[in-house]
Amino acid sequence: MSAPPSPAPSSVAEVAEGLRAVGYLPGESTALVSYLATKLGKPVLVEGPAGVGKTELAKALAKYLGRELVRLQCYEGLDEAKALYEWNYRKQLLRIQAEASGTGWDAVQEDIFGEEFLLARPLMTAIASPEPVVLLIDEIDKTDQEFEAMLLEVLSDFQISIPELGRVESRTHPVVLLTSNNSRELTEALKRRCLYLWLDYPALEHELEIVRLHAPALSETVARRLVEVVGMVRALDLKKPPSIAESIDWARALLLLGVEDIDADTFTETMSVIVKHRTDMDVVADRVGLKLRSSADVA
Amino acid sequence: MSPEPAPAGLPARILELGEELRREGVAVGTSEMLDAFEVLREVSWTSEEDFREALAATLAKSQEDRRVFELVFDRFFFRAVELAASREGVQEEQQGALGELSDEDLDALRAQIADALREGSEGAMRDLARMAIAAFARRQEGSGVIGVDVQRIRRALGLRAEPQPDLPAGDPRREGLPREALRRFEALLRRELERSQIERTGNLPPARPLGDLDRALPSGPLADLAAVHRVVAQLRRRLATQGLQARGHRRHAHVDVRRTMRASLQTGGVPVVLKFRPRRPRRPEIYVLCDVSTSVTSASVFFLSVLHALHDTFRKMRSFVFIERISEVTDIFEHERNFKTVSERIAGDAGVADISGYTDYGRVWSEFLTQVEDDLHPRATVIVLGDARTNGRDPRADVFAQIAARAGRTFWLNPEPRLYWNYGDSVIASYEEYCTAFECWTTAQLEDFVRALTRPVIAAPR
Repeated sequence: MSAPPSPAPSSVAEVAEGLRAVGYLPGESTALVSYLATKLGKPVLVEGPAGVGKTELAKALAKYLGRELVRLQCYEGLDEAKALYEWNYRKQLLRIQAEASGTGWDAVQEDIFGEEFLLARPLMTAIASPEPVVLLIDEIDKTDQEFEAMLLEVLSDFQISIPELGRVESRTHPVVLLTSNNSRELTEALKRRCLYLWLDYPALEHELEIVRLHAPALSETVARRLVEVVGMVRALDLKKPPSIAESIDWARALLLLGVEDIDADTFTETMSVIVKHRTDMDVVADRVGLKLRSSADVA
Repeated sequence: MSPEPAPAGLPARILELGEELRREGVAVGTSEMLDAFEVLREVSWTSEEDFREALAATLAKSQEDRRVFELVFDRFFFRAVELAASREGVQEEQQGALGELSDEDLDALRAQIADALREGSEGAMRDLARMAIAAFARRQEGSGVIGVDVQRIRRALGLRAEPQPDLPAGDPRREGLPREALRRFEALLRRELERSQIERTGNLPPARPLGDLDRALPSGPLADLAAVHRVVAQLRRRLATQGLQARGHRRHAHVDVRRTMRASLQTGGVPVVLKFRPRRPRRPEIYVLCDVSTSVTSASVFFLSVLHALHDTFRKMRSFVFIERISEVTDIFEHERNFKTVSERIAGDAGVADISGYTDYGRVWSEFLTQVEDDLHPRATVIVLGDARTNGRDPRADVFAQIAARAGRTFWLNPEPRLYWNYGDSVIASYEEYCTAFECWTTAQLEDFVRALTRPVIAAPR
């Protein structure tokens, strides 16, 4: 662990300050909800378009709180064995084979269903960890409803029932973040247990601040121009609007190229950093490129 | 810092707010209310921003709910404050008499307001809204209707979002004002006018439930298209996973002997780890028939966008448009990714064989059947988008029944409200026997359809 564990924050401003210090600029509601999450120990459901920093928030929180980040990436068909725990049955088998004959079955059985033969998966790891952790359940909307139902026990009581071992209760209270891209409506039961945070694309000034934080060498004027252009691009109807991460990438690319001002030519040359679909590129080149050109003529 | 204890009346207010949210259709359960109280122990109620965000985080659990929450929150606390004020007889202190307002003063006010809008500072905007109202009240221009007054004041101040090139250079209004700030300023004007009206009359107007218009997300046709795409992406996921659910998770897994043997080498030849053949999710095969006749003109843009979105997500899909006869448009959708071009090409040279411009469902069914008869199989899904208005022609439900019998599932999406079904020349009832029909003219209903699709299928014997 790089950062020493910091004590629980005692005010919203403190959380905002802390997140800022680890390189994440939170909005008003982000800081507030993060604060409530650490304070009340309720899981937070973070929704929003792709690339507004949902996952990043979890990482920043972990860093700020000085906790380990346990991440569970969800996908279609994810099941308990991959999320909670699994018996390491190869090891169990070897154990049985290695056993000298004559040992009673009872003794062996007692033995092979011990913690030694348990493979802990992310949820189990987070709950059993002696140190408090930050648990990130990423893209929960990609899983099936059955999996969501299974999560309910974990999220409300922070415990896991293993038939052979009994109940594993959490020793510490993890901060839980669930992220969703809204590709499917989550169940009411799950939502009920969570605090809700909607992250949207940041306002112009806010994004400018973020870009300047991550590419400090970029000049103020270019950065402002860049954020404005990204805003313009987002206003179009695209398959995949540029995310914050892509604005930062673009800023770094411009820095590398030593660009002084974003004009139509630089834009068409470098826009592949922020636009990732062929059809989108046509639309963007058409609309934004033209706008840049005409504004250049006026100037 | 420990937050200030809430005043005694607050819990009751919060409960009322929850009650009001429920009336507007937000699912606020008891557990949400408890959460809200718990959260308010951590957050000072005196900071409006924190108070609002904290309540929102616990009470509104989706983006739509959040929007309703904002509206209800504003209305609720505005009314609560006004009620308390009028009960206690608190009056706003009248602003010092400024005397007659000269045109110079008015110009100065205009410039100030435009500046505040550009900067977007909430406090300055609120003060200026009051001043503007006071100024115009003195000029005796109030009509008594709040909506009219708001627009009148806005016009008199010359506040517009579009650039106004005829204004002198240096005027902040010349470049056009930010639309968002303008909207907020109007809301403030409205609020201040309401406040003074309540003050004058001494009682509150009855609470008005939110209309669909207030509630709807601010959206243009483009946003609609995005919404349709989102719903269809859901549809794809559901169709893709559904096959697996119906078949049970591992029941039909086949052991891959070769891979099992190889894996057994690790454990000394004992096949401990069974390797299964990977389950290949079945590819949904979809046939979509889309009505593009004049009776569904308004809906056909919606339908075409649904079709367009479907094509983006499904590989095995054939689509047809029809009026009097059908024509296959799969190719167009496959080669054109831009929605606008697609609709233009379909309107133009896709050449829907169209003689009279009236839909002939009977003919459409038989043509469809001859074209795809050999390809239809129980795993195929047929979706019809149309209003089932036959213009008095023979509906030929028997042919439709044949199609439905060959295909696994058949759905009908009707762009008319259910109220109009089977009135006039609508014959949806005769088709409904063979398929599941849905009313579908908003994206919300499209979502309902998607939800219905995911219900477990119990193969009904036909």
